[in-house]
Amino acid sequence: MAQLPTAPARTPKRKGAPRFSWGPYLLLLPSVGLLTLFTLWPMVSSLWSALFLSDLAHPEPEFAGLANFATLFADDHFRQALTNTVLFAIGTIPLTVALALLLATQLNRKLRSVSLLRAAFFYPTMLPLVSAATIWNFMYNPLYGPINLAVKAFGGEAQNFLGSSKLALLAIMFVSVWKDAGYFMLFYLAGMQNLPTDVYEAAELEGAGRWHQFRTITFPLLMPTTLFVATISFINAFKTVDQIFVMTGGGPDNSTSLLLYYIFEQTFAFFNKGIGAAASVVLILILLMAALFNHFVVDKKVHYE
Amino acid sequence: MNKKMKLFDWALYSLVAVAALLWLVPLAWALATSIRPEMSPVGNGSLWWGGSATFGNFVRAWSAAPFATYYQNTLIIVISILLMQMVTITLGGFVFARMNFRGKDLLFILFLLQLMVPAEALVVPNFATMRALHLVNTRTAIMLPYVASAFGTFLMRQTFKQVPKELEEAAVLDGCGPLQTLWHVFIPVARPTLAAFALTSISYHWNNFFWPLIITNTPDVRPLTVGLALFTKANETGTDWSLITSGTVMVVAPLLIAFFLFQRQFISSFMRSGVK
Repeated sequence: MAQLPTAPARTPKRKGAPRFSWGPYLLLLPSVGLLTLFTLWPMVSSLWSALFLSDLAHPEPEFAGLANFATLFADDHFRQALTNTVLFAIGTIPLTVALALLLATQLNRKLRSVSLLRAAFFYPTMLPLVSAATIWNFMYNPLYGPINLAVKAFGGEAQNFLGSSKLALLAIMFVSVWKDAGYFMLFYLAGMQNLPTDVYEAAELEGAGRWHQFRTITFPLLMPTTLFVATISFINAFKTVDQIFVMTGGGPDNSTSLLLYYIFEQTFAFFNKGIGAAASVVLILILLMAALFNHFVVDKKVHYE
Repeated sequence: MNKKMKLFDWALYSLVAVAALLWLVPLAWALATSIRPEMSPVGNGSLWWGGSATFGNFVRAWSAAPFATYYQNTLIIVISILLMQMVTITLGGFVFARMNFRGKDLLFILFLLQLMVPAEALVVPNFATMRALHLVNTRTAIMLPYVASAFGTFLMRQTFKQVPKELEEAAVLDGCGPLQTLWHVFIPVARPTLAAFALTSISYHWNNFFWPLIITNTPDVRPLTVGLALFTKANETGTDWSLITSGTVMVVAPLLIAFFLFQRQFISSFMRSGVK
């Protein structure tokens, strides 16, 4: 304070006008620099590399316009990977979200057993996906996996879940549901802490049943949470790859090849870098479009408090 | 509520309890297999093996792959990422919560971009970047893409926004510059948020697999997850499940034990991270 009177005398020109400051930019520099290098730049550069033929036949990248995209969409393997990923999303998102909501409604009580049950559903979140996948490999084992032991104990026929092109994707989808349901349950439990109790008391007085209360109060008020977990679930579906690597390697007959696994294979196993880049562009576009849809369409329709 | 409804309620709750038991089966199965004596492996068809436990499988697994190196790498990676993130998200959160400057919205979008397109989707171009930087097969390359965290920055911004203006002004009157104000006023308030972020960050990076798999090619820089996956692939042909499960248990044990010991903190941290 004591120095204040001398300050204007030293810098008379700046009097009155807000002084431009490097401060905020300097403080943001680490984050902005890293985000530019590892989030923004890769998006631009994959679009650029996708325009070049670059594989074992073309050690020097050769400009080819949109040829890679044409090749990509004519490739049965790619189309199957895309279909599988969409199936994976359709199969896991609603089921995981619904299960999480059911668990949250049941475990939002003041009982001693509740924290134990919550932990039982949440612990898979703490496991690395690769470890979970390794354990599930064992669970699904046709000879001594517990699932088949149970099937046989009830007189059924043992199934080679991961070796069947009909069952493998379903088996992997189930692992995702198992892994994420408890995680999403937590978001619902957090959302339920903020629900207004007086509304429920009023509903109770009017004689509204539990299901009616859930449908008209709980579910609509938890809509933001539902959208939040559905978004995470969507992103998870499109970045699924760890389980594929450990459990099936994309097989049998590419029946479990998902988009990111396809990208991984093309780039690092077959050295088709141009194709890998083009497929990356498709994946990035899907994620960006989903985010924009979320922002401009869904957000506008949802009532936030 | 009428009696019928209550009965239905309890039936549903019991169903959830049964589901919880099923949820625990994979973990229980893995633990049981890892301590079964080598001489009576799961493969002999009997579920119960008499109950005698052994740590022999762990000893075999530990020496079958450089797990000590993997552990060390995972610890270095997880802790370094966390420390660097703490700095970037504190500075970023502070700037977005309390400063106005030209281009703020544009930079905010850059942060949002990371939430929309996760690093996993960018492994191919990021691999090329790392090669250009001569960082392939280093721990630095494993960490760098995660040092800036949009998620953490937004979390800190949310927290800092709740700091009363009067507190900040008082610090400025006392002669604090922006960084001193941040240190003495804002960071103490944000401690619970930082702790919550730390738990989510640690569990994410302890478990991260795909990027470290791609960017490394020798055991001396590989983290546990990658080491475990390659170890499993190498032993799967012989289906030595006692060996594989004990390897798996060694990888998951630290976080799982921490989780079961500090359950409440973990759960409230993850809950906090979801409240926007």
